[in-house]
Amino acid sequence: MMPYAEPQLEPVSPPQAMPAAARDTREFVRFTRLHRTLHACMIVSFLTLALSGLSLKFSYTRWAVTLSRLLGGFETAGFVHRLAALVMFSTFTAHIVSLIRQKRRTRTSWRSLLFGPDSMIPNRRDLREFIATMKWFVGFGPRPEYGRWTYWEKFDYFAVFWGIVVIGSTGLTLWFPVFFTRFLPGPFINVATIIHSDEALLATGFIFTVHFFNTHLRPEKFPMDTTIFTGHMPLAELKRDKPREYAALLAGGELEAHLEEPQPAIVVKAIRVFAWIALTIGFSVVIWIVYAMVFAYR
Amino acid sequence: MPFSRGSSALPPRRGHGARCAGLSPLLLLLFVLAAAARGSAATDECLACHGEKSLATRRNGHSVSLFVDQKKFAASVHGSLQCTSCHADLEGKDLPHSVPLAKVNCGACHGDESQQHLKSVHGKALARGDALAPRCVNCHGNHDIVPVKDPRSAVAAIRIPYVCGQCHREGTPVQMNRAIAQHDILENYTESIHGEGLLKKGLVVAANCASCHTAHSILPHTDPASSIARRNIAATCTKCHANIELVHRKTIRGELWEKQANTLPACVDCHQPHKVRNVFYSQGMADADCMRCHADARLKAADGRSMLVHLNDVATSRHMKVACSQCHSEVNASRVRSCETITHKVDCTACHEEIGQQYARSTHGQMHAKGDPNAPYCKDCHGTHHVLGKRNPDSLTFATNVPDLCARCHREGQKAAVLYTGVEHWIIPRYTESIHGKGLLKSGLTVTATCTSCHTAHRELPASDPESTVNPKNVPSTCGTCHHGIEEQFMQSVHSSSVTHTSQPLPACNDCHSAHSIRRTDLDGFKLDIMKTCGRCHAEIAATYFDTYHGKVSRLGYTKTAKCYDCHGAHDILKVSDPRSHLSRANVVGTCRKCHSDATRRFAGYLTHATHHDPRKYPFLFWTFWGMTALLVGTFTVSGVHTLLWLPRALQMRRELRAEEAEAAAEDASSQPRPPEDDHDAVR
Repeated sequence: MMPYAEPQLEPVSPPQAMPAAARDTREFVRFTRLHRTLHACMIVSFLTLALSGLSLKFSYTRWAVTLSRLLGGFETAGFVHRLAALVMFSTFTAHIVSLIRQKRRTRTSWRSLLFGPDSMIPNRRDLREFIATMKWFVGFGPRPEYGRWTYWEKFDYFAVFWGIVVIGSTGLTLWFPVFFTRFLPGPFINVATIIHSDEALLATGFIFTVHFFNTHLRPEKFPMDTTIFTGHMPLAELKRDKPREYAALLAGGELEAHLEEPQPAIVVKAIRVFAWIALTIGFSVVIWIVYAMVFAYR
Repeated sequence: MPFSRGSSALPPRRGHGARCAGLSPLLLLLFVLAAAARGSAATDECLACHGEKSLATRRNGHSVSLFVDQKKFAASVHGSLQCTSCHADLEGKDLPHSVPLAKVNCGACHGDESQQHLKSVHGKALARGDALAPRCVNCHGNHDIVPVKDPRSAVAAIRIPYVCGQCHREGTPVQMNRAIAQHDILENYTESIHGEGLLKKGLVVAANCASCHTAHSILPHTDPASSIARRNIAATCTKCHANIELVHRKTIRGELWEKQANTLPACVDCHQPHKVRNVFYSQGMADADCMRCHADARLKAADGRSMLVHLNDVATSRHMKVACSQCHSEVNASRVRSCETITHKVDCTACHEEIGQQYARSTHGQMHAKGDPNAPYCKDCHGTHHVLGKRNPDSLTFATNVPDLCARCHREGQKAAVLYTGVEHWIIPRYTESIHGKGLLKSGLTVTATCTSCHTAHRELPASDPESTVNPKNVPSTCGTCHHGIEEQFMQSVHSSSVTHTSQPLPACNDCHSAHSIRRTDLDGFKLDIMKTCGRCHAEIAATYFDTYHGKVSRLGYTKTAKCYDCHGAHDILKVSDPRSHLSRANVVGTCRKCHSDATRRFAGYLTHATHHDPRKYPFLFWTFWGMTALLVGTFTVSGVHTLLWLPRALQMRRELRAEEAEAAAEDASSQPRPPEDDHDAVR
């Protein structure tokens, strides 16, 4: 999940008191602590949901039976799945609440929040950038000057909204079938099963391939882009990847306010271990899905 | 009834004697009447002397009375005859006559009886000149003969034992000096049910000596014509004991008594002659005789088998009251080695006739009939002398011992298992691990099904035989002998041939529960396999079940979810259209509520066998699935193409980045002392 970013208004780094001779090692702060926390919660809950859910979806494979046992048997897996769902709902809710609180704190209007330059809402510029990107891909133009949020990042962000709504609602239907069939026909449970399961397949497939590539595994960032975990982005990367944002910050004289010393080495190391585990699980799931869909489909 | 005198074979002491044996009964009657008409005067003449009580003579030193009681004679059956009718040699003689007179020949009138007596042991002995041989007069008396029905008759039924007992009782010259096989005849008879009936209860119809031995044709039992010859005994006894077969049906098929009496035990084998009681006698008439030889440990058969018999084996067995000769029949008591007439092996069916028929029908029996050495015979399972009942825990046929008994041949690698060509293998270990085997062998429940409970003890037949208890048609009733309630349910269900009429094979108990590896139905193994089991026939419905939540969960090894029988019932499966079905409109909500306690009718509308592959049956599922699939394919296609197009550019950027980094590093190295111009350049 790519959370909506707050405009960085408060100084987060010490004032400019650099010794002239010292090389500046400070990095650009792209994500706040809340963003990073929510993303970590998202990773944990998403992986948990994927593993426990897919073990049921692909129950006809040996893989699924083994995995279900590893998760403590089906009953426990079901419990874990619902618990993870609650974590994800909470994460989602926390994000929405943070947006509302940010709006109140900054006393901005909904309009500027939703349609301002740093908004996640896709706009006309994104369309232009998409077209320019296509041209760049096929060699008919330069790389577009992306701003704070690229169109694919916005797509990922809203994919989560879509997924939460679709998978979440059908998931609740399956969780409380007796309640929902008070006003829905019985066969809707069957429909909900298909939607829940296929949408989950889409989500896991998309996250573990496209999202991983787009934001973590792009060759120029290989093997891993840790920005979402550390919150920090090397300034050079900002300049290269988000030239428009860099230019705007430079022009507004706000850049210094967004610079911070790098995370301690131990933190970065821990983050890398966590991220690698998540990536490994994600890729394993992709391989399993492909195996289940192609070789063992029923 | 008049008697006869069978003395015509003897040379008369006087030279002549009248013969009227050849006359027809009519002429005889005329003769008697004529004699009576003119005879009274002659009789009176005789009585002139013989009417005197003191008239006597000496014979062999003894004084013998020659008195004839006129009253008694007149009251006798011969009262109307003249003395000379019998004492024929006095006819026309002057009185007083000379002595001695010729022996009276009763056969002159009583020809048939006379002939019978002539051929009997008594007659033959008389012919030999045996002084102890009885003649007519010895049983019937002389001048005072009354009809046999008259209680005063010497040969009235109630007196016969005494008449015969005059000679045939212990201590008499006959019993001591002649070859009489039986002992204590009179005493035993008196104590027997017959003697008791006759002598104590006065039942004149009770059998007396003559009832079995006949009155005049008394012959030894070795004579085939004898009424007590082995072959004729049944006929003799059934003269009174009509339809006695009916009460012996369990042991002897009635008609065999008359047709093949030699292969069966005769009445007297169990109900010993003269000792007849309505109970079996513990004293075998010949056991002691058998043991004269068979108690010897050195006794060997021709093939080297020991012929030693431990009488105690029999005495502690089920056959404790059975004598050797009752099983080892065909013995002949008249031989010194009475067993030398035995030509056949012990045939248990002589008594256990019904079981014998079952065995003959069984695979075992059919193999045995063909002379197959592998075929088990009675003794292979039941043993020989020490045969014990199936309720005796020491018995080979006691419930807990049955699996081992059958395993002797049916264990894998043993002779029966080698011959077997069917699909049931490892029968013994599988049974041992089955719920029945555990119940029997681990829990010691002797009522648990053993081999014989299903296959029967004596009538084992292959499942392919329509008469077999394990034929699919008969399996429900076989299992139903114990699981009766289940059978009742099953017979009402769609799986019963009485409900569903189809050419397809219907399942029997063993199709779901297996034959020998029957498991507990409340444990996971059975619960998880039941879907596969039902799926063997209901392939499509099982496949769609596995498409739903219940099926997927159960496939993960989770049993607390709806399985086939949770909704459809186990043995009481009915068509959904049947109002009694668990899934009928009236019952379906209740069925769901077994797990989903607050289920509603709409909840019950959940499609438990839904598939998204059938656009006609489940169009909304079909289109939902394909809509979702289109969404997936679309999204992955767009993003995939996007990523693939991006990849070359990203690689290019990486190369440029590396080049820049290398350049920067080189620049750094060459201009190390120079400080960076500003922050931004420094980061670079």
